[in-house]
Parts: sequence; structure tokens; C-alpha cells
Amino acid sequence: MTVALSGKEIAGQIEEKLPESITESGQDYLVVKPDSLLAVATFLKDTPGLDFNYLNFVTAIDYYDHFEVVYQLTSLEHNHSLVVKTRCYDRENPALPSVVSLWQGADFQEREIYDLMGIRFEGHPNMKRIFLWEGFQGHPLRKDYW
Amino acid sequence: MALKTEPFVLNMGPVHPSTHGVFRMRATLDGEVVVDIEPVFGYLHRGVEKLAEQRTYTGIIPLTDRLDYISSMNNNHAYVLAVEKLAGIKVPERAEYLRVIMAELQRIAAFLIAVGSFLNDCGAFFTPFLYMFRERERIIDLFEMVSGQRLTYNYMRVGGVSQDIPREFLPALRKFLAQMPRFIDEYDRLLMQNEILLARAKGVGILTKEQAINCSASGPVLRASGVKWDIRQADPYSVYDRFDFDIPTGTVGDCYDRYRQRVEEMRQSLRIIKQAMEQLPQGPVKSDVSHLVRPPIGEAYARIEAPKGELGFYLVSDNSIAPYRCHIRPPSLINLTALRDMVRGWKVADVIIIFGSIDITVGEIDR
Amino acid sequence: MEVGGIRKYIYSDTELDQEEGQIIEELKANSQQIIPDPDEWLDEELEQNIFLTTVDAVINWGRRSSLWTAICFPACCAFEFIAANGPRFDLARFGMEILRASPRQADLMITAGTLTWKMAPNVSRIYNQMAEPKWVIAMGACAISGGIFASASYAVVPGYNHIIPVDVYVPGCPPRPEALIYGIQMLQKKIAKRRNIDIGKLIRK
Repeated sequence: MTVALSGKEIAGQIEEKLPESITESGQDYLVVKPDSLLAVATFLKDTPGLDFNYLNFVTAIDYYDHFEVVYQLTSLEHNHSLVVKTRCYDRENPALPSVVSLWQGADFQEREIYDLMGIRFEGHPNMKRIFLWEGFQGHPLRKDYW
Repeated sequence: MALKTEPFVLNMGPVHPSTHGVFRMRATLDGEVVVDIEPVFGYLHRGVEKLAEQRTYTGIIPLTDRLDYISSMNNNHAYVLAVEKLAGIKVPERAEYLRVIMAELQRIAAFLIAVGSFLNDCGAFFTPFLYMFRERERIIDLFEMVSGQRLTYNYMRVGGVSQDIPREFLPALRKFLAQMPRFIDEYDRLLMQNEILLARAKGVGILTKEQAINCSASGPVLRASGVKWDIRQADPYSVYDRFDFDIPTGTVGDCYDRYRQRVEEMRQSLRIIKQAMEQLPQGPVKSDVSHLVRPPIGEAYARIEAPKGELGFYLVSDNSIAPYRCHIRPPSLINLTALRDMVRGWKVADVIIIFGSIDITVGEIDR
Repeated sequence: MEVGGIRKYIYSDTELDQEEGQIIEELKANSQQIIPDPDEWLDEELEQNIFLTTVDAVINWGRRSSLWTAICFPACCAFEFIAANGPRFDLARFGMEILRASPRQADLMITAGTLTWKMAPNVSRIYNQMAEPKWVIAMGACAISGGIFASASYAVVPGYNHIIPVDVYVPGCPPRPEALIYGIQMLQKKIAKRRNIDIGKLIRK
């Protein structure tokens, strides 16, 4: 069985190495500040014992006043998983750092989030629309599109 | 005297006989050798995630059928597992066993198409493909007995399955299980040592273990590269922990390994169906859940081992009859991240084979 | 030969994408009305004036018994079409076994799947490349009216008849292969009534 690691203990481990990077942590998830996302992700990937080398998915949710981007990470050897979230409070030009340099599997998924939600990912090699055509106005999956 | 040459961009357009649907690739060629490839998607983007926010939880089930349209039962399965995890609904035993039987039968049907179209791309124009279709018709007959439909079944419901199997189903299934291994062996005998297949597929498009894990590949693509990761055994859902089956893995990670991987997994699926059929209990097939199910506020992610890879549904609910957000983790799209690494240095004809061995369905990529 | 950074020559990627986007937006703006079905043969007075000569009968028989299909397979209905071609519901017995990719050699387009605005210019181009006489069968609910996805109209064309004229509509989601064969037989009846040679014009000349 894949063990879903508790957000609170991982938060404790991260706070020792990288202070001031966790906003909140619950039983199932962990919320990270956008600026320290890359540092936390590198820590999660490289620390022996955690070894999160497989990214399950990246997705974004539109809660009317902020966007929340969710990452699920898994470790194939230890068979445990963790959910990491970030929040982005800017509605006009939301931007977040990209994790493509760590896990290449995030490539198309981040483009999809840009296309459908409008969140730009800095550091992505090819940030352009993926499903809709160039010149399409708006971002359909936002709650205020229709 | 050095020859001045330029790279050339070749467009393998959305309407193409071998691209398995409306899928477009822009390949940069240096002579005949591919240097870079850029896939272009979106020609079948139907907005399923946006539609899902406007339909009830039960009303999304027909939409999920049409995602990966050659394995509808698996899509339904993943979705209802997500809703049940969100709402904390318990499913009766008979329904779980029926779900496993349907999911494994659907896996065999989907692999038949995958293997058939891979061989079609390799050059065996349509003969193995139509042979596999003959077997698929038998499976579709079984599904038609149960749900009335040939392609998009809409069979599973939140809390169980929609109806019980008719009397003729189990004898027909037994007959199918008795005949099917013979057909898989027949295809193996015809194709496994075929020198054209070996020349075209062995050593072509190698995906190493580290690349596969980094690109978040899943399913047969990951296992053919040597990683023993199958969600049915690593993170069992439904009643998969009660069955005994092996997980074949590949060694090299080339196209031939992916082809062999699918054939071996078909054999393992037959084993699972046999065990499930023997252990099938009596009882109700659906727990008493209303069609307008209202899960409490929260979120859940449930995943299954679909024929293409790890299919997952991430649902966020706000205690109304429609989900607040429904995200689908598409295995075909994420497996395609590996395409660029696999294709560098091969020729145009090999691109078609490598792409065919990943086995995508455009309905799932574009949703 | 040196490649250096991968440079796409003549047109850069962004230019190609922007041009494609413009084509799509123009097509979307021009295709809000339904193109009427080519059904003049159903017109009452015309029916009484049709004299089909033997030459016409032979030509129509040849055309309807060897329809060659152009490939246009976006989505799920494609698998029912392939099953119709398969060994169980054999389409080859109607003369339709050729499924080449070239639209120049085809006279029938079976549109099997949902049409999106991004794909629409390509379908229109394939239709224009087919030589006359040509026919279109709209297969499935998505091809007739957008089907189950019609409410996501930011991306889905509500029916192929916004882009190309359709002759036969086959309902179903997906339609069974028998339903598709029935639709093809209806098309064959329609082709049988076609007037190819206008005797009146020949005589008056």
C-alpha cells in the first residue's frame, strides 16, 4: 500500500533545513510559499529517506480569490506519497516557478495549466498554449469565464 | 568540400494514417534523421473538465467513457473510485468482483487494439489488426450482454455497478477464457520471431529507467523500461489484493519490449479474470446511494492501472450536487513527455513506430 | 553539418501558430450558420422530370458500388467504423474496402468524431481536396449536433454541417456498425437517383 505521508511531519523536517517556507500543513497536505517552491521540491527529491523521484500530477484549482496549484509526489522505492500545494493570490498575472528542471513530466501539464487557467510558470522552456489556438481570448477553466 | 545543409521541419499533420487519431507532430530533420520533435495537441479538446463542473456526479460517468474511448470500463472505474473515496461510500463485494472482471476484460480488449495498431505501423498492414478485432468482437459481445452498448458502456455507478450480470454471461465468459490463450499463442507464434518485426522494433527508441521515471511515464511504457511498478500491486484498489498475478517487466526499454510487455500482460489479465470468476460471491450489486450524491467538503485523488498507464481523478467538492473541480490525470499525455528523448537520432519511419509503441489515445490527451 | 541551436527555418514556431490561430478565428466567425443539405433530388417537381437513361443508371451503379472513403477519424466513432470494416460486419462486400489516406482519390467522407474549432480548417481543406462528385456521411451524435459536448461550445463545433454540406446523418453514440451500414445504403439510394447527363441540353445543342 502506498503510504500517504503526514503533512505535519514532513513540514517539521523541511522547516529545519529551509525555515519560513511552509505556510500551513494538514494531515494530508502541505502548503508551501511560492518563492520557496523550488527549494522545497529539490529538498524533497534529493533527501535520502524521502526520495520523491516521481511526479504524479500537477493541477490548478480556481478558488475565487486565489489559485491553488497541487502537486502529488511519489517515491517508487519507499512507496510513499505526499501532496504539496502552493497558493497564488494574483489574479491578473499569476506566476509561479516551474519544476520542469526537477521532474520533466511536468512539462505538458504546466502548459495545460497556463492554457486553461492562465498561470505562467517561470523557467519553463516552452510556455505557450497547448490545447487552444494562439489568439484565443481568455482562459476557459477559470470560474469567471462563463 | 563541405556540403552546406539545413535542417528541415516536417509536419506530420493531424490527418495522417498512422497517427492514431488527430495528433500532429512537427519533426525537425537533418536529412532523414530526426533531430527534434514537437507534438501539437488540442485537435480534440472538448472541454471535459469544464463540462464536469456543470453535471451531477452520476452524470459525469458518460463523459468519462469518452475519454480513452477504447477502455471505457477502466475510466468509469477510476472515476467512481474517486467519488467513493470522497464521500466515504462502501461498495458491496459482488460489485467489486464484477468491476474487476469488467476492468480486466477491457484491459485485454484495449491491448488487442494497441498491439494490432503497433503491428500495423510496423508494416503488417491490417492482417494482425483485423485478427485482433475478431477477438475483440468476442469481448464486446460479453459487454453488450451486460450493458447494452458496444463501445461506451456507462456501466459503473457510484456505489457499485448499474445492473447485475444476466444468466448467460458466466458460461460465455468461461468459453472465452478457454479459447483466448490459444489465440494469444497463435499470434505469438506468427509474430515473435518475425524478422521484419525484429529488425524494425528491436533496439529502436530506447527509454532508459531514469528517463522513464523522470518523465513520469506509467503503465506498460514504464514497466518495459525495467521499473516494477504496477498500481494493482503497489497501491491496491477494489479487491486486487486477493488475486495472485505476476508483473512482467522489460529489460531494454525499446519498442519490441513494449510490444512483448502488452502481450504478457494480456496473459496475466486472463489469470485474474479466472480467479475473480471463481471467487464471485452473491449479493447486491449497488449500495443504497442516491443518484444525486452530495459528498462532504474535501478533495480526493483516486488512481487505477488503466491500459495506458496511471489514470487518476482528482475531485474537489463543495457539498453540492456537482463537483467544484474535476481534474483527470491523462496517462497518454504524460507518457508523451518521453517521446522527445526516445526519438532523437532515428529516422522518420522509426518515429511512427516509436510513437505507436507508446500507444496513445487522443481523446485522453485532449480531454 | 552544424545545427547549433535548433533553428526552424523560414517560419518560426510562433509565426506558424499565430497564422493557424488566425485561420481558426476567421473560420469560427464565418461558420455560425448551418450549410443547407444538398437535397435537391427531394424537390417535388424535379422528381417528375427525371428520366434516367441507361447511361445514367450504369454510371450511378458504378459510383455507388465502389465508394472510397477519405480518412477523417477524430474520435470514438472511428472504432465503430473500423469494426464495420472488420471481419464481422464486412464493409468490403459493399465495395468500400479502400481506406487510403489520400482525399484526392476518395469520394466519400465519413466524419466519425467530435469536431473542434482547431480541427475545423483541416477538415474543410480535406473536403475541398476531394474531387466531385463527393458525399459526406455525418456519423454519430457529435457529428450531427455536437452531441454530449455541445455545451462546451468554446471548443466544439455544433455539428459538421457548419463547415461542410452533409448528405446522410447517422444517429447514435456511437452508432452500431449495422446503423452505419444502413446509412451507407441510404446514401447509395441517393446516388442511384442522380442525374449525370442532361439529355435535354445534349439534344438542344
